Amino acid sequence: MMNRWHVLKRLLPLLAGMVLLLSACGRADLSTLRPQGPVAEEQFGLMKLTITIMVVVVLIVFVIAGYVIIRYRRRPGDKSIPVQVEGNHKLEIIWTVIPIILLIIVGIPTVNSVFGLAKDYTKDPNAVQINVTAHQYWWEFEYPNLGVKTAQELLIPEGTIISVEAKTADVLHSFWIPSLAGKVDTNPGGNVNRMYFKADHTGVFLGKCAELCGPSHSLMDFKVKVVDKASFDRWVAAMKNPVALPEDQEIATVLNKQCLTCHAIGDKGVQLYPNLTGIGSRESVGGKLINTDQPEYANEGSVEENLKTWIKDPQAVKPGTLMPKVDLTDQQIDAIAKYLAGLKLDY
Amino acid sequence: MAHAHAVKRYSGLMDWLTTVDHKKIGILYLISGGFFFLVGGLEALLIRIQLWKPLNDFVAAHTYNELLTMHGTTMIFLAAMPIIFALMNAIVPLQIGARDVAFPFVNAIGFWTFFAGGVLLNVSWFAGGAPDAGWTSYAPLATPTFSGGHGVDYYVIGLQIAGIGTLVGGINFLVTIINMRAPGMSFMRMPMFTWTAFITSALILFAFPALTVGLVAMMFDRLFGGNFFEPTNGGNAVLWEHIFWIFGHPEVYILILPAFGVISEVISTFSRKRLFGYSSMVFATVLIGFLGFMVWAHHMFTTGLGPVANALFSIATMLIAVPTGIKIFNWLFTMWGGSIRFTTANLFAVGFVPTFVMGGVTGVMLAAAPADFQYHDSYFVVAHFHYVIVGGLILGLFSGLYYWWPKMFGRMLNEGLGKLCFWTFFLGFHLTFFVQHFLGLMGMPRRVWTYLDGLGFNNLNMISTVGAFLMGVGTIVFLLNIVITSFKPRDAANDPWEDGRTLEWTIPSPAPEYNFAQTPLVRGYDAFWKEKMEGKKEMLPAEPLGSIHMPSPSILPFVMAIGLFIAGLGFMYGKGDYGDGFKAFLFNNHIVAILGMAITLFCMFLRSVYDDHGFHIEVDEITGDKGVKA
Repeated sequence: MMNRWHVLKRLLPLLAGMVLLLSACGRADLSTLRPQGPVAEEQFGLMKLTITIMVVVVLIVFVIAGYVIIRYRRRPGDKSIPVQVEGNHKLEIIWTVIPIILLIIVGIPTVNSVFGLAKDYTKDPNAVQINVTAHQYWWEFEYPNLGVKTAQELLIPEGTIISVEAKTADVLHSFWIPSLAGKVDTNPGGNVNRMYFKADHTGVFLGKCAELCGPSHSLMDFKVKVVDKASFDRWVAAMKNPVALPEDQEIATVLNKQCLTCHAIGDKGVQLYPNLTGIGSRESVGGKLINTDQPEYANEGSVEENLKTWIKDPQAVKPGTLMPKVDLTDQQIDAIAKYLAGLKLDY
Repeated sequence: MAHAHAVKRYSGLMDWLTTVDHKKIGILYLISGGFFFLVGGLEALLIRIQLWKPLNDFVAAHTYNELLTMHGTTMIFLAAMPIIFALMNAIVPLQIGARDVAFPFVNAIGFWTFFAGGVLLNVSWFAGGAPDAGWTSYAPLATPTFSGGHGVDYYVIGLQIAGIGTLVGGINFLVTIINMRAPGMSFMRMPMFTWTAFITSALILFAFPALTVGLVAMMFDRLFGGNFFEPTNGGNAVLWEHIFWIFGHPEVYILILPAFGVISEVISTFSRKRLFGYSSMVFATVLIGFLGFMVWAHHMFTTGLGPVANALFSIATMLIAVPTGIKIFNWLFTMWGGSIRFTTANLFAVGFVPTFVMGGVTGVMLAAAPADFQYHDSYFVVAHFHYVIVGGLILGLFSGLYYWWPKMFGRMLNEGLGKLCFWTFFLGFHLTFFVQHFLGLMGMPRRVWTYLDGLGFNNLNMISTVGAFLMGVGTIVFLLNIVITSFKPRDAANDPWEDGRTLEWTIPSPAPEYNFAQTPLVRGYDAFWKEKMEGKKEMLPAEPLGSIHMPSPSILPFVMAIGLFIAGLGFMYGKGDYGDGFKAFLFNNHIVAILGMAITLFCMFLRSVYDDHGFHIEVDEITGDKGVKA
């Protein structure tokens, strides 16, 4: 007995080490293994519990298999006939009952969590209500109680319950922010799905589409920007401020004719496709071109460069996107990109 | 003999096109399934090349979606299922002491319709684009609104035709196993592989009609403007998910159970020991088959079915771990105390056990719905189902093929090359898929054409690609082994492994056309082993030597499949702009489709009115054969 405990004691740090290794896996803003809010935390807890039990099960099988393979291998010339055992009731009961016990240990927190995470916050006045609508290949975020609509970048206050109602405008997509919460599919035809999550602290988190939705499924990324509550209120106000058109009259006309027939900027334009209000302060263009002043990879550049790349040939950036190659001269593209890059929100 | 008819017995190509012999049909299944396995494998390699580095543009985005769709569809329906049917055809009748399956003609129909469907599906590559909505073909992505072109039509029609083959094949094996067992072969004396073939056939009987219904409904949506799954016109996209997975989950067990059977046979034979806990193994198999129908919604935890459904399906799914665990430990304890010989077949079987456990435990992890919200549709799921399908089924099939190769072809595969094949494939497999668990947990969704740089996915994807190529090497070594072996003489003994326990090892390798000159008398489980232990070299016959009645070969099954193939193409291209020439007249009036259906129906008519009594093999011919005493 003593001996077995020793083995277990030696295994424990190993297991703890593995859990540590797991928790150090991946980027904090993207990995399910580094949860940044209570929902992802709860899901990660369940993952840790099941992984631990399953690693133990796997190790037991490995040990028995290893022992059997080495101990009972046939020696050359061995003609002996082993005892033909039919079975063993005691053993069979053991390996039926132990798994059942393990399943109960996993099952209870699972059921608990299933109902816990299904809690409905859509009527909660303290929660921020958000309608998510997925499109091929972008995300629309509407704040129904605040009268604000934006795209590709979900701005939320920290430490507040975010209550989401998700649907799609076309095919199935799935709304997933790995470090904040598990995913929920966006269904068509008025079949709305609910979920909630909360971010513990400010920062930018990566969101993904997790259901095959067409050629650019892999590029249908979005961002969740978590800010403090005061900033959030300022952002909501800023979103409603009127936006000035470009001073150059020619560019203003082109913008009106070519861009604002589909897109909205502040109080101007049409809300059919991604809302461009404050696009200059967003993290990316088209979900794929990352805005940064120190570009490191092929898909990174300044906001203005990224906007130019995108407007020049949207299909080359995101195959299958509905954004057409708009009839613009290079000068017009430069001017529009410059104007859009300057659309920054103060919050 | 009074009933003897002069029946033409073909040779060469015509022999293969007309055969109704289960052993030859098994080989046909193996060749075509093997061919599609190579096609699916090539698609997998292209996928892995595309993903070996971030922002790669080796293939275009839409081509990538075609590749992932066809890889899944091909591997499941056109590679795994047929190779399972190959083993079932080649071995089940021999294991139960039967001379053929119950309906040899239907058996041939099963093969040829599968083959026609498979070819039709792959014709799509050359006809303007393969299906690209995933092997699950979820609506609305697969509806005409979002999927113009004919890609998904090929999926819908090809799988319907191939599905006929699977369904009649399943029915055939059910009837065969129930009715054609040799005297003394009670259900609880049947070899484990036969048992799993039996349960798999039962699952096919109940699961495939669901798929057919779904495909027919989807076909109406696509070809005739139906609105089953078209949300804009009141259809319901979630309905397709339910129909698909009510088929799709049992399909998983349809695939894995025969592998369980193979492993049971191989481990028992090469440990020189009776299968530990045989009756609990049978019970576990039946239970897995039953529970397999109760868990489909665990593929839909994120669809939004609500907490009650999610909780129930979570628990139901976890329950499957219990019978599966029983099997794992029974295998381990079959080896315990045995005398284990590590042939290639047994290496694959022994490698299967821990590998399958790794796939099984991630299955239990996935069953916990709240955690699944994180795993679902990520690379974690990709890793999980490849662990059970490749690490489970494919290792099982390799094991079965090495084990029964001498019985199917009369030649032993080379053991040296076999071991090389095992180690490259096995290591390549773990290299490819183990890291994918972590990719998924780190936030990489599945079915992605590419991924951005700097997300921490690069190294693991590169490792995965290297592993995939190693698996490719393993497969090439296997092919090499087949080619090299085929130049060797056909000299395999009746019982080439010397430790054979079941009836197939009592007859020559390969088995003669009539399998058993005299139907054997079965006196217990592991019938042949029992006789051996009592010092006998062969089975007691249950009947005197006499002439043997055989079914006639027929070209009709082949022609019927061609008819369905033509009809399928006709339906698909029934709507289109062909100008106003002859082609437009042919297709737009469904004349091609009607012609194809007419060919098939005419064959059925011929089969019904023309009474074919088969023929007899006389005693002289039987006693003239090698290895049979008069």
